[in-house]
Amino acid sequence: MDEQSISLTVNGTEQNGEAEPRMSLADFLRERLGLTGTHIGCEHGVCGVCTVICDGMAVRSCLMFAVQADKKEIRTIEGLADGDTMHPLQTLFSEQRALQCGFCTPGMLMTAVDLVDNNPSITPPEIKAGMSAVLCRCTGYEGILKAVEAYAKQIKGV
Amino acid sequence: MKPAPFNYIVPTSIDEALALLEEHAPDARLLAGGQSLVPMMNFRLSRPSHLIDLNCIPDLAFIQDNKDHISIGAMTRERTIEESSLVRSSIPLLYEATRHIAHLPIRSRGTIGGSISNADPAAEYPAALLTLDGEMVVRSKQGKRQIKASDFFKGIMETAIEPNELLVEIIVPKVPPGTGFAFVEISRRHGDYALAGIAAQMTLSGKTVTNVRLAACGVGPCPIRLNDAEKQIIDDGLTEKSIQSAAKAAALEVDPETDLHATADYRRRLTAVLTQQALLKAKERAQENN
Repeated sequence: MDEQSISLTVNGTEQNGEAEPRMSLADFLRERLGLTGTHIGCEHGVCGVCTVICDGMAVRSCLMFAVQADKKEIRTIEGLADGDTMHPLQTLFSEQRALQCGFCTPGMLMTAVDLVDNNPSITPPEIKAGMSAVLCRCTGYEGILKAVEAYAKQIKGV
Repeated sequence: MKPAPFNYIVPTSIDEALALLEEHAPDARLLAGGQSLVPMMNFRLSRPSHLIDLNCIPDLAFIQDNKDHISIGAMTRERTIEESSLVRSSIPLLYEATRHIAHLPIRSRGTIGGSISNADPAAEYPAALLTLDGEMVVRSKQGKRQIKASDFFKGIMETAIEPNELLVEIIVPKVPPGTGFAFVEISRRHGDYALAGIAAQMTLSGKTVTNVRLAACGVGPCPIRLNDAEKQIIDDGLTEKSIQSAAKAAALEVDPETDLHATADYRRRLTAVLTQQALLKAKERAQENN
């Protein structure tokens, strides 16, 4: 099947590219746009490390075809920091030692951004349930949950 | 790239989708949210010749308030249903069932029509719709059919939809006053498919149970209406004893299998425990609404 032209906004910049219909959004971001911050794990929607934000909502980029992202607004891990200033959630992940190998971290951060930014009154049990959407095999989640809870408090302003 | 190559077609109207389906069925697959189909394609367990993407048909995504029922377009995202105040107030069981579906990023894309047409034995929506007495509207180029949930689910990932038909709408009756509900399930990890799940809805008039409906998921080839368990409650009212008898009856009328996650016996036991939990929770909520 021939490649199709798509045009989408990634981290605020308009991008044009070509993709075969069977190419996943995750592969497109990594291979065509060179945005390798989005990691690929299981490629069947279970591990969550490829999570990106599409039109304001967290999605698995391994389960979306790149052609489906045509005209959509995508935010990836590369779009979190403001120049050299880390996103507040990234700072909190660092402070709480919420990562070890770092492989799942892009998925963790993008999932947490959706959970908290779209629901500032989120409770700690809801954060725990929500963050189980991404698998981490090293930290045991304690630091991750502390970081996300602290971020929710910052957003709420308490 | 993991899936095998396919021809990708994006219709923008229902009529266009039906014409494509007529032309390419049975080798074509319809792509809804893709949260089950794309994994199957990535494993190459599904290799459709044509992939008809339904994501650009605006007429398939809506939640509509009609007099005595709610109509939901087949391409309505699970997340939209979860966030709908109309669903929460008029058919709260569907809201509670939605909260059990996988994780938020999956619900951002997954659709009610996709879940129902895929008909995974452990999926939440089929059991919820059986309990809610929902109906599915399917269309083909030849016309339109309305199928009751009780006639819709036929077997493991098998429904009454014909290869040239498209599920377009789900109709769910609004709950009457004095109604309580519960969706409870047990899974190995939060967000996994359930080992067993129970949907319950009951209506009370004073202390009398005027209606009770129960269905189970994960414990048979498709969702199972728990008629014997319901009968215990209708015949004997809502007592500690009748709830226990209902739980026992429920365990006997399901048809679970043993797999690497749980044995059939364990799933029967879970069915009994969850039936009891669901009935108690539904009773409490019905009393609050009475």
